[in-house]
Amino acid sequence: MTAVDTFTTIREQAAQRFAQLGWPTPRQEEWKYTNVAPIAKIDWRGVGQAPSPVPPLPQGQAGAPDLHMARALVELVFVNGIFVERIGDGAPGLRVSRLADESNEHLAKYADYQDHPFTALNTSLSNDGALVVAEAGAAIDGFVHLLYIGQGDGIWSHPRNLVVAGRGSQLTVVETYAGDGRYFTNAVTEIVAEDGAVVEHYKVECESIDAYHVGTVQIHQERSSSVLAHSVAIGGALVRNEVNAALKGEGASLTLEGLFIGSGTQHLDNKTVIDHARPHCESLELYKGILDDNARGVFDGRIIVGVGAQKTVARQTNKNLLLSETAIVDSKPTLEIHNDDVKCNHGSTIGQLAEEPLFYLRSRGIGEEEARGLLIYAFASELVDRMKVEPVREAIHRAIFRKMAGRIPERRGGNR
Amino acid sequence: MLEIRDLHAGIEGKEILQGLTLSVGTGEVHAIMGPNGSGKSTLANVLAGRPRYEVTRGSVTFEGKDLLSMPTEERAREGVFLAMQYPVEIPGVNNIYFLKAAVNAVRKHHGEEELDAIEFLQLAREKMKLVEMDEAFMNRAVNEGFSGGEKKRNEIFQMAVLDPKLAILDETDSGLDIDALRIVAEGVNALRSEKHSVLVITHYQRLLTYLVPDFVHVLANGRIVKSGGKELALELESKGYEWIEQEAVAAR
Repeated sequence: MTAVDTFTTIREQAAQRFAQLGWPTPRQEEWKYTNVAPIAKIDWRGVGQAPSPVPPLPQGQAGAPDLHMARALVELVFVNGIFVERIGDGAPGLRVSRLADESNEHLAKYADYQDHPFTALNTSLSNDGALVVAEAGAAIDGFVHLLYIGQGDGIWSHPRNLVVAGRGSQLTVVETYAGDGRYFTNAVTEIVAEDGAVVEHYKVECESIDAYHVGTVQIHQERSSSVLAHSVAIGGALVRNEVNAALKGEGASLTLEGLFIGSGTQHLDNKTVIDHARPHCESLELYKGILDDNARGVFDGRIIVGVGAQKTVARQTNKNLLLSETAIVDSKPTLEIHNDDVKCNHGSTIGQLAEEPLFYLRSRGIGEEEARGLLIYAFASELVDRMKVEPVREAIHRAIFRKMAGRIPERRGGNR
Repeated sequence: MLEIRDLHAGIEGKEILQGLTLSVGTGEVHAIMGPNGSGKSTLANVLAGRPRYEVTRGSVTFEGKDLLSMPTEERAREGVFLAMQYPVEIPGVNNIYFLKAAVNAVRKHHGEEELDAIEFLQLAREKMKLVEMDEAFMNRAVNEGFSGGEKKRNEIFQMAVLDPKLAILDETDSGLDIDALRIVAEGVNALRSEKHSVLVITHYQRLLTYLVPDFVHVLANGRIVKSGGKELALELESKGYEWIEQEAVAAR
């Protein structure tokens, strides 16, 4: 059987699984905080062809990102899940192509379509996406940008990406999701870090404020690999962002960082699972939420340390800032440890802006609103400042200001 | 410049200042000394408008305006500066950025043109020399990871940049070694002029060796019980506070 045939088989299996599983409900533990009924009740349709050229998005939309990213080595643009454009020449040792044109041994090997309904749906219906491969030993200086634009009402898309960092390679991939309308993006990205590979991944979710977004980033790490995955959620009416990582080789290290900023009636759910399967691995996780108005945020993070995973170091932290009386956050950090020889801790905080810093800033003449804005930005900047890719950092910086325009006066908010 | 009359104030329902009256003229340096718990820091906090402090009686006017009715930021814009006893660390807020925002908020309040980045940096560099502060500090977050002495120096640096009419130093000398103490005093002395007034709140006399006050007041049980010249500070240093408290009790 060829790889393409294999994938056809997988698709059929996934379709069957989705038919059996159906849409999840809050009665299921994994979906306790997020009711996807608003997604399930819409009769979504896919589009066969994307418009060309890429239609412009309305400007000034809250949280609207800078779409195209200057200085990307390669940028692939998709509209409603269909490839429309490729910009950039790439670099030696880097292969970026449409997943639809290729087959790869790793495809659909890691993201669970047996038990996860949305992954099953994606696997059965996705017909486009990106394959990004760094060849063994290739240190790719720069980043690849995958831009997914949703457009129109009642349309769904199932972007599927596969990122493979070969032995000892270095690779940075940025995914941006944005758009205009009441559409539904159901994305799955699989990331494979082979022995000694260093991968940095950014997922920037800036969907239309009416859109739905469910996505899974599935990370598979081999020996001594190092992965840094950022997940930013700013847009979308209802968002579920999952990041799952399996540390399958000794000495692998993982950093998961997440920032979610909700306002209005947004619902932003972050779920992470880190599976420490082998000894001497390290994971550091920090998620921060800022919730305003009637927004609701969720952090549900699970770390599993297996029987054979001695000398595991794991730290999981979730901090949340509530800006209104009616904003809600559910924080559930969980550790499951199955051996004694580990260093693990976890914790979460939920609070409002602290009184002391606010007084300090005001005592120097800075007005209350502006002082609050500075402190809100400061809360987020711990994560933003750590983003290594400058165009991404700047784009997220601007997206935060657009999103929080009423809260953070842009003129004052810079971090330089 | 500053007129405090019969001030009663406290925190969490506890009255700490019990009828404090004090007048600070333009260009004068006043020292307020007193034992722990006498109300020194309460006075500083009430003047700066720190949340949770409540004024139950009395009045404070600053240049003829009712200070107590102003929000904290307006007091600062009018020219009142509090160098804090425990400056808070604010991760994520850049020192230079914060101070530029502050300077421009004050300038705007007075109808002055805001400083651009270059003009502000010139001003900041000049004042940094005054407090012997390394420029590297400016690009760090406000007070984050600063030692105790660095935090106090940063307070004096901010004061120098903001150029307030009235500077209130709340135990700025506590926890400083002799070099830091000298630097802080020099910073304050540089501000001294016929237009600037300073209120130095301290437990010890040692700062006053470098920063010679025009008047010294002793605070006990929430009111000023004795006032005098700079020699009063020396007397307190050698005799302690007890004799004054006894005198005050006898006088009641």
